[in-house]
Amino acid sequence: MSEGTLYDKVWDRHKVTTLPTGQDQLFVGLHLIHEVTSPQAFGMLREREMEVAYPKLTYATVDHIVPTADQSRPYGDDAAERMMSELEENVRDAGIEFADPSTGDQGIVHVVGPEQGLTQPGKTIVCGDSHTSTHGAFGALAFGIGTSQIRDVLATGCVAMEKSDVRRIEVTGELGDGVEAKDVILQIIRKLGTDGGVGYVYEYGGDAVESLGMEGRMSICNMSIEGGARAGYVNPDETTFEWLGDTEAFRDDPDEFERLKPYWESVASDGDAEYDDVVTIDGDALEPMVTWGTTPGQGVGISEPIPAPEDLPADKQDTARRAQDHMRVEPGETMQGYQVDVAFLGSCTNARLPDLRRGAQVVRGREVHEDVRALVVPGSQHVQRAAEEEGLADTFREAGFEWRNAGCSMCLGMNEDQLEGDEASASSSNRNFVGRQGSKDGRTVLMSPVMVAAAAVRGEVTDVRDLETLEEAEA
Amino acid sequence: MSSNDDGTGSADADGPAETVEYVSGTGVPVRGNDIDTDQIIPARYLKAVTFEGLGQFAFFDLRYDDEDNEKEHPFNEDRFRDASVLVANANFGCGSSREHAPQALMRWGIDAVVGESFAEIFAGNCLALGVPTVTADHESINALQQWVDDNPDGEIDVDVAAETLRYGDNEMSVSVDEAQRRALVEGEWDTTALMKANAGAVRETAGSLPYVTDDHLPEASD
Repeated sequence: MSEGTLYDKVWDRHKVTTLPTGQDQLFVGLHLIHEVTSPQAFGMLREREMEVAYPKLTYATVDHIVPTADQSRPYGDDAAERMMSELEENVRDAGIEFADPSTGDQGIVHVVGPEQGLTQPGKTIVCGDSHTSTHGAFGALAFGIGTSQIRDVLATGCVAMEKSDVRRIEVTGELGDGVEAKDVILQIIRKLGTDGGVGYVYEYGGDAVESLGMEGRMSICNMSIEGGARAGYVNPDETTFEWLGDTEAFRDDPDEFERLKPYWESVASDGDAEYDDVVTIDGDALEPMVTWGTTPGQGVGISEPIPAPEDLPADKQDTARRAQDHMRVEPGETMQGYQVDVAFLGSCTNARLPDLRRGAQVVRGREVHEDVRALVVPGSQHVQRAAEEEGLADTFREAGFEWRNAGCSMCLGMNEDQLEGDEASASSSNRNFVGRQGSKDGRTVLMSPVMVAAAAVRGEVTDVRDLETLEEAEA
Repeated sequence: MSSNDDGTGSADADGPAETVEYVSGTGVPVRGNDIDTDQIIPARYLKAVTFEGLGQFAFFDLRYDDEDNEKEHPFNEDRFRDASVLVANANFGCGSSREHAPQALMRWGIDAVVGESFAEIFAGNCLALGVPTVTADHESINALQQWVDDNPDGEIDVDVAAETLRYGDNEMSVSVDEAQRRALVEGEWDTTALMKANAGAVRETAGSLPYVTDDHLPEASD
């Protein structure tokens, strides 16, 4: 078992007791809720005549179903309107703070938590969404949970959990031009497998991770769950503290910042911490990654050939064949030139300000290909406003992108933003499962924001580094 | 099409927990690795504020084409319609944390899932519903799936307590996660009740955390 890791320290600080089942009862420092997975839990609570135990450690927003175009109420979609109304009623009755669209703070729950300063090192954070692992970027222990567990947290302020093993993933070296955090995590999942993390939480470290800003760290932690890990985290450091000091919570309260900082520092893994497993990834060798299949683990470097199913391990061959059939790709070819109908820059993985900045840099002065429908969906209203003030929105609009309001949008397609028929999409989101993005025949190719921007411009999967070369040649 | 969509019976999470020592019933094989929760229940069926009625949408897009014609899928076959033991392969239930997925399976009639491996959140969600997730190696699962295909009326007995599974003349050992096994066998899978009993200790833990201030704590009433 691990010892002296951030995971061990935060777990121990939050452990209330060991339950008769052998699971630990863990206190939850922040419970984030949204409209899709919480109404059933509130219903269960009412049936048991229980109240929300810690409403002030609970925070709500709306993201999955919220329209990103016309947000006037009632929503055009009756089911979405019902979910929104139910959430409004539940948070009002319980006295839970709610970042609804009228507050100017609304957005994807995993974007909003960090920017509000709610996400902090050494906290336990849960939410009924598997990408809760995002918050680990700050050195929090953050888990996605199911609705019955949401009921547990609402009723008791705790979750019942078994302790996992800790795998340290050391990403060495320096990321090259055009290589991003998204490429790091896609490579990790490819190497370790979509179920390689079962039984583990992932600690990400090494020069390539530590030199990233908070947004890049969030992109990596966000997709821990796609690698099967229950959670992922990065040890808090000066980058973390600087970012936190600039949030709404601490900008006006430097005393509170100074009061909490020693705790934040104390939870980082010790230099001599013991891990259950250590894996090293060569960051210098990475190139932009794209997926060719229908799981996030089916990825390749942009210049690498798509593998032949028979060359893969026996247990991966069948899935690979079906995936290649669905995606209509051939082994031996690269993904370059794969035609796309849609470009989606958004989602809790990649809809933060630096993602939009870098995407804008690629499209500036260029035009979206005439056969491509391109959307930029900021992760939160804060990101949206900041991007508009910086002129990024104009850059995207001038290039032919649709500029939308904050929400989950086309990541899973629970709102009106969806793929149609067998459209292919270059997407900065986290999942390329069949049926994801709203159409069961749709085809999703996962990639970084700059790669999405490049695909939007070219109308096909493109090595963003070639586009930059092209720019130099044209200049 | 749903054999048990009222959420009653042994797997009702809303009542006090019952013991789930074993599950018996006929099987249904669902083959393939990495079957994610988007396949188990497509996202559009998440737009509901209760879990009722989800049974009919289990594997919906794998079962019906755009014109609602049935496709080839074990959940569409008459011979498996009353099955209560789902036999899956590796990494079943990966992806989204939506409890809608095990809810849909349970409400279709599934009382236990046997497979090579499960995504952790999915297994946790199943446990919260009193549905065991039981694992065995690749060869054993393949053999069981084949047997279920050949014997759709054949009874499978999953002994959660003893970690064995019997079908026909065969008995194989299976694994159940230790905490899950104890929770099911001792009827302690309703963690709300268990944890609620420790409210005092919870408050103490909360109070010891530097980021939890007095303002965050509710009035002491319990």
